[in-house]
Amino acid sequence: MLSVECVEKSYGRGGLFSREREHVLKNISFECKSGECLGIIGESGSGKSTLGRLLLGIEKPDRGAILFEGKKVEDRKGRTGNISAVFQDYTSSINPLYTVEDAIREPLQMKRKGREDVRSEIDHLLSQVGLDSSYRKKYPHELSGGEAQRVCIARAISTEPRFILFDEAISSLDGSVQMQVLELLKDLRKRYKIGYIFITHDIQAAAYICDRVMIIRNGEIEEIVKVEQLKDVQSAYTKKLLQMIIA
Amino acid sequence: MKRLQNVWKDKVAVLSLSIITVTTMAGIFAPFVAPHDPAEVHMELRFASASWEYLLGNDHLGRCVLSRLIYAIRPSMLWVFVALLLSVFIGSIVGVLAGYFRGKTDAFLMRVCDVVLSFPGYVMILAIIGILGVGFENLIIAFVLMKWAWFARIIRTSVMQYTESDYVKFAKAIGSSNMAIMIRHIVPVALPDIAVISSSSFGSMILQISGFSFLGLGIQAPEAEWGMMLNEARDVMFSRPEFMLAPGLTIVIVVSAINYLSDALQVALDPKLMTSTYKQQGLEAASTVKLEGKGVA
Repeated sequence: MLSVECVEKSYGRGGLFSREREHVLKNISFECKSGECLGIIGESGSGKSTLGRLLLGIEKPDRGAILFEGKKVEDRKGRTGNISAVFQDYTSSINPLYTVEDAIREPLQMKRKGREDVRSEIDHLLSQVGLDSSYRKKYPHELSGGEAQRVCIARAISTEPRFILFDEAISSLDGSVQMQVLELLKDLRKRYKIGYIFITHDIQAAAYICDRVMIIRNGEIEEIVKVEQLKDVQSAYTKKLLQMIIA
Repeated sequence: MKRLQNVWKDKVAVLSLSIITVTTMAGIFAPFVAPHDPAEVHMELRFASASWEYLLGNDHLGRCVLSRLIYAIRPSMLWVFVALLLSVFIGSIVGVLAGYFRGKTDAFLMRVCDVVLSFPGYVMILAIIGILGVGFENLIIAFVLMKWAWFARIIRTSVMQYTESDYVKFAKAIGSSNMAIMIRHIVPVALPDIAVISSSSFGSMILQISGFSFLGLGIQAPEAEWGMMLNEARDVMFSRPEFMLAPGLTIVIVVSAINYLSDALQVALDPKLMTSTYKQQGLEAASTVKLEGKGVA
């Protein structure tokens, strides 16, 4: 469904006329099947969030292509309603002037549905993520971290996309809430058959929810491995990463 | 509109707002409010003190000071407001485009702003007036030409910070067009910043335009303008100092009211003050105010 072919990305460093460039992603190629959950694991600065932005089509790769069902992901019309995202910072994930209702309505309106449909749909979506309809009129600063992240998840699943990208979506939540949200995601995945791409630095969370994990280091893929085979990884770096968790 | 309700809780803001509203109204309806024709000359009443017929006395040509003060609201405040709106409008468009698209667009637009800003403001305005000729319209045009770049720079900075936010990233990811994102997410969120920036520079713009009229570069006699009225009173500054008082105090009061209101706007437009249970909170706030009032008494 989603295939990434030889993607490279670099950013200009220094001023307007500087030719110096920083290579953030080097020769990345992988594939993500429909309904699969792929974890992307890496340290800070490894380029995983840049990869996330490229996968969403917000930025274009310098070289290579990212294809979503055969079409380039940068093409806005092709991905409308099919791709969605949940981000790390729940405090800035919702427009501060929007109520919960407005926030969830935004992607729904892209699909041009009737007013009444949207109203009942918002209630349904809120109940799907474990919130009741009293939340509809609340503003984002009135929500706790877990509630805000649930609203973001409701917003992400509202258009029934083919895949959702989670960019450190649970990292900013505390332990027990993290677990609740992970459970919710597992549950939603079963119900809606959505593919997840789960960007995180937390191997445990990734191992809990993902089918496959991809370890990325300094902008290069170290290894792609099935979660069941996580014990017998090949590369030294991945072994070290796993060692640290066990210890 | 819900946001503006917050202004009502602040007493200084309400006072400032009412001063500004009354002044604006008086300016718009000047022919009905002013007791006399502002250009009517009565040489027998030169420098007459305040009387029941001429509440603030008469100037060096025997014209009614109060009427001139009221008519002067139009150029001194209302036209300055128009100039402000124009420059903020141009500045917002440039600032939003630069802050949202970044990269080459940003670099190009900001270099243009840098060029405009690198001319010394007052000298440039004098130069533009020199080219276009002395007159109030030309002064306003010169102001708009010089001021927009400053607004563009400041608005760009505020827009940049919102462009970074995750709700803009989300809107991009689900495929909203750039135009829709700017209208739906960038402009409404940046609007409080824009309102505060522009209201705080409104006061200084009134002062500057009055300053140019004081120098005789703005509005021409016999039209009235606060700065020019000060200039006319300057000749008799030592023998009849009270003639500087009326226009001087008017400028001070109006500019202070605008500055206080812009402070209050800054607080009131903070989105964190918006709550779903707004009324309840309002009542609570009102009751605490009452309690505090009793404590002071």
